[in-house]
Amino acid sequence: MGLEDLNHNFLTGALEDVVKWARYRSIWPATFGLACCAIEMMGTGAANFDLARFGMEVWRASPRQADLMIVAGRVSQKMAPVLRQVYDQMMEPKWVISMGVCASTGGMFNNYAIVQGVDQIVPVDVYAPGCPPGPETLINAILTLHEKIRTGEITRRREETGAGAGVQLADEPFVPAGAPRVQA
Amino acid sequence: MTSSSADTSEHGQELQPRSRTAEALLEVERGAVLRLPEGAALDAGDVSVDDLDDETMIINLGPQHPSTHGVLRVMLELKGETVLRTKPVIGYLHTGMEKTAEDLMYAQGSTNVTRMDYLSPFFNECAYSMAVEALLGIEVPERAQWIRMLMMELNRMSSHILFLATNGLDMGATSMMIYGWRERELLLAFFERVTGLRMNHNYIRPGGVAADLPDGWRDDVRDILEVIPGRLDEYDDLFTNQTVWRQRSEGVGVITPEQAVALSLTGPNLRSTGVPYDVRADFPYLKYDEVDFDVITGTVGDVFDRYAIRISEVRESMKIIEQVLDRMPKGDYRSQDSKVTPPPRARIDESMEALIHHFKLFTEGFAVPPGEVYTAVESPRGETGCYLVSDGSSRPYRMHWRGPSFANLQALPVMMRGGFVADGIAVISSLDPVLGDVDR
Amino acid sequence: MPDAGPAAAAEADPAPGTVADAAPEPERRAGALVTSSLGQDVLHPDRDAYHATIEALKADGFAMCTDVTAVDYLLRPARVLPPGVAPERFEVVVHLLSLDPPQRVRVRVQVPEDDPRLPTIWDLYAGADFYEREVYDLMGIVFDGHPDMTRIMMPEDWEGHPLRKDYPVGHVPVRFKAAPPTR
Repeated sequence: MGLEDLNHNFLTGALEDVVKWARYRSIWPATFGLACCAIEMMGTGAANFDLARFGMEVWRASPRQADLMIVAGRVSQKMAPVLRQVYDQMMEPKWVISMGVCASTGGMFNNYAIVQGVDQIVPVDVYAPGCPPGPETLINAILTLHEKIRTGEITRRREETGAGAGVQLADEPFVPAGAPRVQA
Repeated sequence: MTSSSADTSEHGQELQPRSRTAEALLEVERGAVLRLPEGAALDAGDVSVDDLDDETMIINLGPQHPSTHGVLRVMLELKGETVLRTKPVIGYLHTGMEKTAEDLMYAQGSTNVTRMDYLSPFFNECAYSMAVEALLGIEVPERAQWIRMLMMELNRMSSHILFLATNGLDMGATSMMIYGWRERELLLAFFERVTGLRMNHNYIRPGGVAADLPDGWRDDVRDILEVIPGRLDEYDDLFTNQTVWRQRSEGVGVITPEQAVALSLTGPNLRSTGVPYDVRADFPYLKYDEVDFDVITGTVGDVFDRYAIRISEVRESMKIIEQVLDRMPKGDYRSQDSKVTPPPRARIDESMEALIHHFKLFTEGFAVPPGEVYTAVESPRGETGCYLVSDGSSRPYRMHWRGPSFANLQALPVMMRGGFVADGIAVISSLDPVLGDVDR
Repeated sequence: MPDAGPAAAAEADPAPGTVADAAPEPERRAGALVTSSLGQDVLHPDRDAYHATIEALKADGFAMCTDVTAVDYLLRPARVLPPGVAPERFEVVVHLLSLDPPQRVRVRVQVPEDDPRLPTIWDLYAGADFYEREVYDLMGIVFDGHPDMTRIMMPEDWEGHPLRKDYPVGHVPVRFKAAPPTR
């Protein structure tokens, strides 16, 4: 990655800041609205909440031209490989905001059909909770992302963990008491 | 290309070359709906159907694409720019909501159901609540019914305005996207005042509604009703009175009434062909038999008709809301049947029975006698129905959702046949599918 | 959960004499037994008579098929059905709609577990296409004569039929622990 291989000294310090400024002042999101969160994402891009003031009103349909993937909505098992393919098609540097609880953890749909958190497929930088998160929450997530890019924290974190929050799964399947299910 | 080994192919569900497709399936993909001798033989006469495989091209549209209708994947067989065969591939938003519903108590059901057709959540909640109430055999108080009607008609307005916005965007009028959201924000602000949420409200519950309307709601609704008609006239200017729009939408995506009925289309899509089926008028529920409204039908069944019907339905909804404003009665906002409704919160501190009652209702849930029922409402997309089977416990045995967009998508091969790809985008947009409804 | 009452079978006709021997001749329509559920007519044809019943209803004016679904009664083998209808594991439920005059009818067919097949009604109602595919996908009932009997909701290589009662919800248990520090 370009910035991270730089030899850090006082000359390149200012250059780094300029590059980071350019990066976070004009992030172009990829259209990845899946479900209800997509409606709130569109609302955030519209006139009342206006993402254009952050340089983000340009939604690129082609992932090759996009920097940010806002996974807005629940990711089903059928959609998961498509999500990964779109993420892979994006050019570095790229970021992922997981918008809404369904994208972050599976949300209220803890069942066979929904991937329990998109961080099982792509590395997530910022999680925005809500069902759906209102435009203010999404803008907060975007500004958090801006801060992370500005301070360079984002590249450090990615190197250390490489993935999301490191959720642990339990060892045995959990069967709730009184569940009227015949386990296969 | 990419480093991932993600296999995104769905093999048998995709559009196969002609040589590998059975004749019956070829007919479906060509949009030959009425194959019976007495039905109209359908084929776009100017497009030869005996094309060799190497003269046509199969392309894939979606599931990630700039059209804002969600994760719909459409596979097209093209000859040049002309669409010959279409196959929608769905399931990319399948959430297992029908399975989840079997695990949730009846009172929790509307949180699940409201996220299906996420542009018209009140309708989902209402269909579900009406099904539960029918099985329980309880009556919903008058005021609750009128509140439900008010919220549902406002929701119809916000959904159709979003249709105008996305339809405009898909056909190139990018500014319409911004205008449409301006109107939606007014409505969403009202929803937030009443229900606490901008979307997916969980407001209409079995027994009534979750909370009464806040003070000053009449002024809020009147403000909305004052602003919207002028804006609708602006959109009429932008679209109906504009030649480019007319040329792009008139005669595009035509479907005949027989085809529409055969394909189980409902809602504005069916009414655009001239069939006047509206659940509010034909199977009245709530208080729709006491209010005055017109069922708007089209004539040709093309994209323009569907757009015109929806913009007129916004005006009809405003008419209904004015009548609701005049006739909203006083009373309870939820049924006082203690089987379904918890006691008022203040009494929990005083009475042990009230506390136990409250506890049992929220941990165990109320039991619904065994039975089955199908209730339907007229949502902005068509007939939204809930088929509920209960077994006497506090959780549904089976909840099946009749999502209107699921059936509406079957009309894609018919409507797209013989048109261009750009017309295909207009057609998808005019059907107004919501993938949460399709895939559930 | 306690049942709601001894004779709370709302599925059968609530008129007196349903359980008795001296019941009047059960109503038949289009070759199938008719019951009433909460004010709506429900027909119970046999599997062999199913297609003919639907054809007769279509000729009778039910122009639209609004819904085809299925229910898995694995956990309720002792449910109440009209006399003469043997309960099987699966039930396919079809909702038909007549536009003029507006009325609805429901058709319920019993489908056995060891032979989950049923004739398709796609040749009568083109709109049953997606619905029957969904029933196949989620319940495993095959419709003979359907042009495209493939999965529609789940990925093509999915195993199992999720809406069956012996298919678990797939609840993923999560143990919460402190998130690792970010620096």
